[in-house]
Amino acid sequence: MDQKRLRQIVDRYADQEGALIQLLLDIQKEFNWVPKEAVQQISETLDIPLSHIYRIASFYKSVSLRPRGKHIVNVCLGTACQVRDGPRVMDRIRDVLGVDAGETTPDMKFTLERVNCLGCCALGPVMVVDGEYHGKVMPAKAEEILKSYD
Amino acid sequence: MPRLKSSAELEKLRQKILSKRDPDRPTIAICSGTGCHAYGSEKVNAALEKELKKQAPKGEVDIRRTGCHGFCEKGTLVVVYPDEICYVNVKPEDAAEVVRSAIDHKIIDRLLYVDPTTGKKVTHQSDIPFYKHQNQLIFGNNRQIDPKSIDDYISLGGYSALSKALFQMSPEEVMEEVKRAGLRGRGGGGFPTGRKWQTTRDAAGEPKYVIVNCDEGDPGAYMDRSITEGNPHCVIEGLAIGAYAIGSHEGFIYVRQEYPLAVDNLIIAIEQAEEHGLLGENILGSGFDFKVKLHRGAGAFVSGESSALMTAIEGKVGEPRPKYIHTSEKGVWDRPSCLNNVETWANVPLIISGGAMSYASIGTEGSKGTKIFSLVGKVNNTGLVEVPMGVTLRDIVYKIGGGIPGGKKFKAVQTGGPSGGCIPEQFLDSRVDFDELARLGSMMGSGGMIVMDEGTCMVDTARYFLEFLADESCGKCTPCREGIKQMLDILTDICAGRGIEADIELLEELSEVLRDTSLCALGGTAPNPVLTTLQYFRDEYEAHIKEKRCPAYVCKDLVAYYIDPAKCKACMICLRNCPADAISGGKDTIHVVDQGKCTKCGNCLDTCPARFNAVVKISGEPVPPPLADDERVLVRGKE
Repeated sequence: MDQKRLRQIVDRYADQEGALIQLLLDIQKEFNWVPKEAVQQISETLDIPLSHIYRIASFYKSVSLRPRGKHIVNVCLGTACQVRDGPRVMDRIRDVLGVDAGETTPDMKFTLERVNCLGCCALGPVMVVDGEYHGKVMPAKAEEILKSYD
Repeated sequence: MPRLKSSAELEKLRQKILSKRDPDRPTIAICSGTGCHAYGSEKVNAALEKELKKQAPKGEVDIRRTGCHGFCEKGTLVVVYPDEICYVNVKPEDAAEVVRSAIDHKIIDRLLYVDPTTGKKVTHQSDIPFYKHQNQLIFGNNRQIDPKSIDDYISLGGYSALSKALFQMSPEEVMEEVKRAGLRGRGGGGFPTGRKWQTTRDAAGEPKYVIVNCDEGDPGAYMDRSITEGNPHCVIEGLAIGAYAIGSHEGFIYVRQEYPLAVDNLIIAIEQAEEHGLLGENILGSGFDFKVKLHRGAGAFVSGESSALMTAIEGKVGEPRPKYIHTSEKGVWDRPSCLNNVETWANVPLIISGGAMSYASIGTEGSKGTKIFSLVGKVNNTGLVEVPMGVTLRDIVYKIGGGIPGGKKFKAVQTGGPSGGCIPEQFLDSRVDFDELARLGSMMGSGGMIVMDEGTCMVDTARYFLEFLADESCGKCTPCREGIKQMLDILTDICAGRGIEADIELLEELSEVLRDTSLCALGGTAPNPVLTTLQYFRDEYEAHIKEKRCPAYVCKDLVAYYIDPAKCKACMICLRNCPADAISGGKDTIHVVDQGKCTKCGNCLDTCPARFNAVVKISGEPVPPPLADDERVLVRGKE
């Protein structure tokens, strides 16, 4: 990982009170996960105990302490998607990728995540790949969408 | 842009902006809300811009990328002003024609909305039934402005309410006005906003904070997203007015990071407001200072609870605190803090500019103004609808929502998110407001309205909500952490056909414990989805438990797929699409589902051609035995 870049991000928040969550989000965005080195760096620079950082990082869903795949697949299971066959879409994607929600395929290509509402309920069922929204997804379409990412 | 130093300078700027704008010049407004975005509004926009360069190189036609228009079902939406011609399902290849028609003031017939009940085409946006029965006081501006342009907002009179408050009213008068308007919090509980403000104002300690809650975690609700994405300035203006009334000089906007466009647009809006002297020191030369900071939420449903959100702002784990310490008195860093949700703050400028009396003339006795609902699920016209409080559920679902798709039967409306409940058909004529929904065992919540039809299983719905809550419970208090899990286990058993009759009683008992002993509202209201479904749909629970039958054919363990040999034409389509290789048969051999291999994914039912309609879903009855091999040969007649 890029040590220089990591230092830049951490230093940005050096004197700010209550900035830990924002800092973790920035690191997550930059590196796609929060590696151990980053946690150590934060602890040293901001003088925050490691245990405290891990507590925060493990509490929030947007922060991942494990490396994630090249593509992040979010399947929405909010109520609107739930009543419109969202679970069937999830089942199909699980089958196709061979991993459960929260897991990454062995080739590190896809990480599958279940989301509790993505906030575009009118289009349910919704899946988002790398920030790109796909609405009114049926199981067969979900498979096609996955195939379009390599 | 030099900072505006007085109320008069703001008005002068507004006049200047208006004078530069020709109301008769054609303007193409393209919806760039999240829904339309998913339909590809980005590409439509690019195509339109390209066409504009070609067909209107001297700027004869304006283009405006607006926030969400609400009618997400029909995206991408394009409205051509000044004639307000509304085009639905617009694709990039329509761009040339749209630009041409805007220049010529013509109408493209094929892109107009067709009213499914009359079969007639509707030209003007406001005549479409979806919009006609709404009263879009808050949300209507979304169509008029580019969220990245403060000029657009100012041109509509934006920030004049702030200016009025600062120069013509004392903080007490602003507070009184909000109280008289009868505004209640749009985030869930419906607490009177003015009273909340007063407590924060009266609380000892400085500084005081004001906070916008845009952690919108309720599944099925997205109005706060669309307001902040589409009209961020109205939230900032409302917040600044509230800060003035409360005596606060520092505010936070807490946005979930799953809403990147809202984050971007708010950051831009805050910068613009600062540049214009509408935020920061000495706002409009009034002597009032107020600055706003944005805080991204990192994905935790419970952090939308007010005390939890405040701990998250402090950079800690966003877990709730006991309620005997009011956040109005001891909130962020133990200072008095006033938190309201996005829609509540967005109502404030309206109250100040139009006056409390005019505001309170809309709505019901106990609930004033309008409410934005996200009308989603099994309904024809999904989207965001804003109606006066007191409109009936039937009007929302049928007049605005256009009823249930596919000729199916309405079953329930779920409101209030995981803390709410399911309202059955017999209450469709209830007038929707805070108190009426509570009376029905549900609640307003942030305004999610999920329509369910006969194909929705109510036991599975209750199970779903508890699964959601089990996932989101922070685990700090035992009743919530353990209670929800136990209830979820029981419901999972019922859905899987393992339920026993004593389960219902046990669910009710656990519900009581959770309600009475949980630390925060997440656990305290967690039983609601179970209790309302038990109250109104007990027969479905009983069918699952006693007959091992799912009346809605949803619960996987209780349904089976069966191919009717009399209808099967041995076309091989289902066989090829079965991911489990559970269907046997051949070109002239009637297909049979091997129940042992079947994973119940439903692909066979989806793919069986409608003209054959041979796949049947059954529940609560034994699967008919397969035909003997010699009877499976299909003799094809002259078809």
